[in-house]
Amino acid sequence: MPELNLTSAPAHLRHGSSIGQPLTRRDGVLKVKGQATYAADNHPPGMLFAVMAVSSIAHGRVTSLDVAAAKRHPGVVDVMTPDHKPQLAIDPEIKTNPFVFRMEVLQSNEVRYANQPIAVVIAETLEAATEGALLLAPRYEVLPALVGLDAGESFVPPVVGVGNPAENTHGDVEAGLASADKKIEVTYETPPQYHNAMEPHAIVAAWDGDRLQIDMPTQGLMLSLARVAELFGIAPDKIHIRSPFLGGGFGSKGLMAGPPVLGIMAAKLVGKPVKLVLRREQMYGPVGHRAPTRQRLRIGTDAEGRLTALDHHARTVSSTFDDFYEPAADASHTLYVAPAIRTSHDAVRVNTGTPLFMRAPGEATGSIALESAIDEMAWACGMDPLAFRLKNYAEVEPITGKPFSSKALRACYDQGAARFGWAKRPLQPRQMRDDDGLLVGWGVGTATFPALMFQAEARAAIRRDGTGAMEIGAHDMGQGAWTALAQIAADAVGLDIDRVTFKAGTSDLPDAGIAGGSAHTATAGAAIHSAGAAVIAKLADLATNDERSPLFGAGNAGVIARDGKLIRRDDESRSESYTEILARAGVAEVEARGTGAPNPAAMEEYAMHAHGAVFAEVKVDPELGQIRVSRMVGAFAAGRIVNPHLVKSQLFGGMIWGMSFALHEEAITDRRSGRIMNANLGEYHIPVNADVPPLDVITVEEHDPHVNALGIKGVGEIGITGSAGAVANAVWHATGVRVRRFPIRIEELLAQR
Amino acid sequence: MKQFDYVRPATVAEAVAAAAQPGAVYLAAGTNLLDLMKGNISRPDLLVDVTHLDGLDGIERLADGSLRIGALVSNADLAHDAEFAKAYPAVAEALLSGASAQLRNAATVGGNLLQRTRCAYFYDTASRCNKREPGSGCDARDGENRTHAVLGWSESCIATHPSDFCVPLVALDAIVEIEGKNGRREIALDELHRLPGNTPERESALEPGDLIVAVRLPPAARGFAPHARYLKVRERTSYAFAIVSAAAALRVENGKIAEARLALGGVAAKPWRARAAEEVLSGSAPTADAFQEAASCALADAKPSGDNSYKIELARRIVVRALTLAAAGTPARIPALPASPFASTSGAMHA
Ligand SMILES: Cc1cc2nc3c(=O)[nH]c(=O)nc-3n(C[C@H](O)[C@H](O)[C@H](O)COP(=O)(O)OP(=O)(O)OC[C@H]3O[C@@H](n4cnc5c(N)ncnc54)[C@H](O)[C@@H]3O)c2cc1C
Ligand code: SF4
Repeated sequence: MPELNLTSAPAHLRHGSSIGQPLTRRDGVLKVKGQATYAADNHPPGMLFAVMAVSSIAHGRVTSLDVAAAKRHPGVVDVMTPDHKPQLAIDPEIKTNPFVFRMEVLQSNEVRYANQPIAVVIAETLEAATEGALLLAPRYEVLPALVGLDAGESFVPPVVGVGNPAENTHGDVEAGLASADKKIEVTYETPPQYHNAMEPHAIVAAWDGDRLQIDMPTQGLMLSLARVAELFGIAPDKIHIRSPFLGGGFGSKGLMAGPPVLGIMAAKLVGKPVKLVLRREQMYGPVGHRAPTRQRLRIGTDAEGRLTALDHHARTVSSTFDDFYEPAADASHTLYVAPAIRTSHDAVRVNTGTPLFMRAPGEATGSIALESAIDEMAWACGMDPLAFRLKNYAEVEPITGKPFSSKALRACYDQGAARFGWAKRPLQPRQMRDDDGLLVGWGVGTATFPALMFQAEARAAIRRDGTGAMEIGAHDMGQGAWTALAQIAADAVGLDIDRVTFKAGTSDLPDAGIAGGSAHTATAGAAIHSAGAAVIAKLADLATNDERSPLFGAGNAGVIARDGKLIRRDDESRSESYTEILARAGVAEVEARGTGAPNPAAMEEYAMHAHGAVFAEVKVDPELGQIRVSRMVGAFAAGRIVNPHLVKSQLFGGMIWGMSFALHEEAITDRRSGRIMNANLGEYHIPVNADVPPLDVITVEEHDPHVNALGIKGVGEIGITGSAGAVANAVWHATGVRVRRFPIRIEELLAQR
Repeated sequence: MKQFDYVRPATVAEAVAAAAQPGAVYLAAGTNLLDLMKGNISRPDLLVDVTHLDGLDGIERLADGSLRIGALVSNADLAHDAEFAKAYPAVAEALLSGASAQLRNAATVGGNLLQRTRCAYFYDTASRCNKREPGSGCDARDGENRTHAVLGWSESCIATHPSDFCVPLVALDAIVEIEGKNGRREIALDELHRLPGNTPERESALEPGDLIVAVRLPPAARGFAPHARYLKVRERTSYAFAIVSAAAALRVENGKIAEARLALGGVAAKPWRARAAEEVLSGSAPTADAFQEAASCALADAKPSGDNSYKIELARRIVVRALTLAAAGTPARIPALPASPFASTSGAMHA
């Protein structure tokens, strides 16, 4: 791959701080010219094509595969099956740590879900491999499929999400409900959803002896590296992964899934480079999804509309062979103050690929149910839904009692409501019509997402020619890491962004942690910031300890790095350029490393979350029930905004996804076979341009001294939360019909009229 | 992919001869056929590419006032032909409500007429489907079938025909010109698609080798231009098939409906002409009551084939709305969101 050449357009040159500037994407030109090399664009010499054959049953056993027929097909080189495959160094069923998920890599003939890989055909062309896979004509012993939220005996999972307890109690919920002046009990359902990143999962794998070169989109270079090393029994330093660009991931490319491992195995089997790309429908199974939920909320209020109890129970599903539980009820931990809060989960096992993190896992599913139920409670109290939320505003985190590290939610409500014009909202539903007679409704939802930090490391250098370098194995999933992290890097080494070589996206660079949990900018950014501080400190040592320097005697704390110079803090007339310092010292460059990590003491003391308020207007045809969102305003407070352009794009994307959650998205599963019947982008509906109204995003100023050195909270996921509920609440306000099953379907609006 | 032969005949006669062989199919833009081949639903041995045939891509007005549309005219070119849109506004609106701009640029008139059902079980080769594999059964019957047929279905098959274009065409008495082994013939579009009965695999009246060469709108079709609309309810604002749609066209004389045309889409294995409802309207004033009565009449024989009884009520309401819109008069310009209930929403920029 050619060295990436990422520069800003001249219009973006600036003086002073890079952070906070609305730079356009530095990789944008490459992308619009089609020159950004995604994994599947790599074609090493001699490369063969691998195609997975996947099971059409959800439960049972493969009893035969016509390997001979596939092999006879012209161009087919080999067929990998459970009986003919390279041995792995460890059993893929063994979970060596909680971030290892079980995968199907032809370890047996057992079928545990529809679309599970059951063989891999390797051929000289994609077409030959595709036909070879078809010619395998698998036969099965079919067992009954477990499908849906009532598939079997429910159980309480040991943990939900990542290590959260399945049940959480604060105060006495039953007493709170018993003493309530008003109470509601409502049940909401959310469907299974699939990540559907535009770029399918893909890998190009090439072995050279015991060295392995991998091109693969990943949100977690180091986790993938470790998993591949463990599975193939090779040292991590023998593996090189390139992932400069991802065409979206949304959580499904966070952890190593089975299909890329099959690509590596196939390359080993045939001794040549192999490319394996999933077909769209093959992404509905082995690479994770958002599990369906059924959520029951019981809420009580006193005579003034203050919550007396909030009880949130979520039923979800996991696969028959592994554990991931959508932590939907945990959405009730942070937003509304109540003397009693209980959250609980149970689950059933179904024949599905294991569910996984999907953009705002738990927060999204939980938020749409909670925000809808809060609206129902407000209505029961005869209160404006925004006033009700303000009445129950949490000054400290309700479930823990901890103060917030920062929380500008009140400002979000105020600014969002003002921009939207919320004050004119009639309390009663079905009051507003537009000029064409369409029903109009307004809804609000509160957004929240934890401000997380993982572990990361970065390497910084300052060179004698006055340029800098920053290296970190960070991931650009389309969110703009190439730009935002380079901005942080530029400030960290006190140089203009175009004088810093910023390297990211490969596994030979320092570990940037996973691009997930909305924590990548914060975590990688903190590492970059600290590496920059460390390298500047070294440079300052060279200058301040040298009597020939105008900075002699200034001491470490006494200099500022700016525009390629160190400047005495107490006397800005005294400065020296990086070039002068290094030239005199006779060194080519100084180098240092830095780390980013959560601060346990701050986490012990504070609850850390980003917040927001989303306002939506929908129009509904009164007779025909078709719905269209006509306006959305989102006001978000998420700490320091590194790049307003990119942040807005993230929030827009989240808001659109929220709309999608309320109105469009659903994987339709055949209740008998367990197969997904709309596994394509024609029929798995997401909003198209005509569905997306003018969106307005306000970023509310927020300074957070506790989350990390840069004060950054994440913006990757929060946009979905609040938005889905706001749209659903607007549909109710337009129609007077409360639909408690998502996505909201036309027939439910027709039936209840 | 399965190996197949590909020919590009130079003349219609050569095309017909080639396509009459067993295992041969016509390839137009391929927006439906290639998907079916990639999904292994269709496994033809021979593709007869008709896209290079001469003389099938014109739109011509004939001496008698009818309009002849070549089978290879693209959906987009037809809809954007100003003359055409003016004379047959409901047809243009239906075309523009279908698929996406990219698909409409490619898709042909002939291919649109003969596109296959979107029944998910038809596409899923692991499911039983009488249409794909005669006699195997119908997994949609007890499956996920909330979008399936409510009219004209049988126990063998409950699929719908998904075309938008065909709905106003059938209302306007369009005629299909066919070139076959025995020369040229023509049939009413209403007779092109067959109801499933016991042979859902036989979808049309075409015989092997039959090539659609043109669609003709008879002279009378122009008479409805001032009062003609297409309305399509779908699950997102654009780029979705109809849950139910309707084409309504009226000839209004002296405040009375002299003649009415009504057809429904998304309800049956063919575009559904509602002749009895047309009768109800004929001679009556364009009032809400008359439209209600027509709607009841149009759906009188409807019955749910699964979780889709709502489609019957929805179809009634769409009929009333489409008639109301038609009576109000065809808008001077096709709305930015063609056929949408949100068609008149101001600020709409594109579909
Ligand atoms: C994602 C998606 C969304 C869509 N949404 C809509 C929608 O909302 N509304 C809608 O109406 N349509 C929709 N379509 C369908 C689209 O309109 C059809 O795919 C298109 O019209 C087919 O035309 P084509 O030229 O590509 O036909 P092809 O795919 O080439 O052919 C289709 C069939 O017709 C036969 N055929 C083609 N031409 C002739 C001829 N002249 N004589 C005899 N046989 C012929 C072929 O053999 C084949 O069986 C959608 C399609 C897709 C993929
Ligand atoms: S409804 Fe028709 S097309 Fe669908 S599965 Fe049944 S027979 Fe096949």
